Amino acid sequence: MAYKTHVSSLSAFEKGVIELKDDLRKYAFSNVFEVASHSPPFERTAVAQNLEYVAEVMRVDGESPWYAAPHDEFAIVMDGEITFNFVKLADAQVPSHAGGAAQLGAKPNGPTMGRVRARRGHQVLLPKGAAYQLTSAAPGVVLVQTMDGPVTTKRWSDICTLS
Amino acid sequence: MDVQSSKVVAIGTNPDTGYDSFRLGQFTFRRDEYFAHIEWPKGSHIIEIDRFLRAMVRDIGWGFFYGWIFFDDIFGTTNHYGTVDVFAGAYDQGCKDQGIDHLETFPAEVVKDAFETISRNWINEGYDPLSAPLETGSPLGSKTRERTDPLVRGFQSATRMLGLEGDAPVRSDATGHPINRAFADLEFDKPDIECEPGFEGQLHAINLFDHIARADVTWNPSFTAITGASICCVTSEEHMLPVIHGNDRNEWFIQLTDEIHWQIADKNSGLPRGRIVMKAGDVCAMPADIRHQGFSPKRSMLMVMENGTPGLELRYASGELKPYPVDFG
Repeated sequence: MAYKTHVSSLSAFEKGVIELKDDLRKYAFSNVFEVASHSPPFERTAVAQNLEYVAEVMRVDGESPWYAAPHDEFAIVMDGEITFNFVKLADAQVPSHAGGAAQLGAKPNGPTMGRVRARRGHQVLLPKGAAYQLTSAAPGVVLVQTMDGPVTTKRWSDICTLS
Repeated sequence: MDVQSSKVVAIGTNPDTGYDSFRLGQFTFRRDEYFAHIEWPKGSHIIEIDRFLRAMVRDIGWGFFYGWIFFDDIFGTTNHYGTVDVFAGAYDQGCKDQGIDHLETFPAEVVKDAFETISRNWINEGYDPLSAPLETGSPLGSKTRERTDPLVRGFQSATRMLGLEGDAPVRSDATGHPINRAFADLEFDKPDIECEPGFEGQLHAINLFDHIARADVTWNPSFTAITGASICCVTSEEHMLPVIHGNDRNEWFIQLTDEIHWQIADKNSGLPRGRIVMKAGDVCAMPADIRHQGFSPKRSMLMVMENGTPGLELRYASGELKPYPVDFG
């Protein structure tokens, strides 16, 4: 038997259903492509939260600001082709806030570490000690594993199925 | 909590089927051609053998996982991270009303040893409970020849990220993991990594979908990337989750491909609450006060976000933390 794998995208996604005799807010049911399709580029919208930890959806379209975090983060490309540019931070430049990504005012003046070009299904390390920028020639979507931080956006009532 | 220290003992061999029976504390375990039979002082229970073995071997491999593992509505285990409850009817209102429910607590190593001993004796060559039903033989019938290869596999965990030097490897042809038949229609390429001189090895990326597509086990989440205590697990899912998982904390599911149908019930009573159908791109929390069981009509890719903070189960159990993850304000 030949199988057909269903992988969604910004241009073609279908949200599932939630039919529960319960308060649907407890399940925070959303869809990363739906969230990205209604988000401005590079808004980092939380779609999952485990206390201080979050997963953020980001619509990538053009050049992002530069970000850095005081810990490792990880990005999974859900749609499109995205380039991740990396700059090494001096020890004094590494953010010292509790967690999550912080947006930098400009490209840091450290040495260029290199770049990663990633497509759907690729997981990219955003290492502690590096600043990173995302660029894409066409709209794409990434899911970022990180902590609740200065640029984490929360709009649960907008993104979740509540009835 | 009274912790039993008695280990599993074999209590005889069925002359017709060839399988051994076992005692663990006051529980006895016996199998015939079709079923596992569990008895305790005030009751007994029967579970179809395929489901029983699929649940038991995963429970071993998961290290009893987070919280409650229900083999079915009646029998299962609860992880206390050092000790494990083995229960029958303790979370079933009918059994409790009849006063026939039973629960014993053992050191985790004792339960692990017991489940490995039972599984080893009851699993024949040609049957692998970690494989999808279409990819393995049948567990039915009398004893033939015991498997000699490891019963548990596929639980290798990353400590920072898969594929980093010194960390768990990504699956590949070289590791003996071909692309599964259900994902043969996908194209897999590698991310392009360009490091400037002096930064070789400091940038890293993998094809996560390729790694999942090569899994030779189902319903077996394994760590791929770690941020603090936040664990990204990925798994390939086909047919049905052979246990019902009762959370001791909130966890999140992110459907990467295809779809999974989840049945949701109250954790303590088992009363149904309804269902969730997750399609590719969907994100859903599994609150700490429910049981869930998944059904995946086609092999699919699922990402699970866990919070491995030590002691979290006690904070949820005490009510310090709400049994759901998001404050809508």
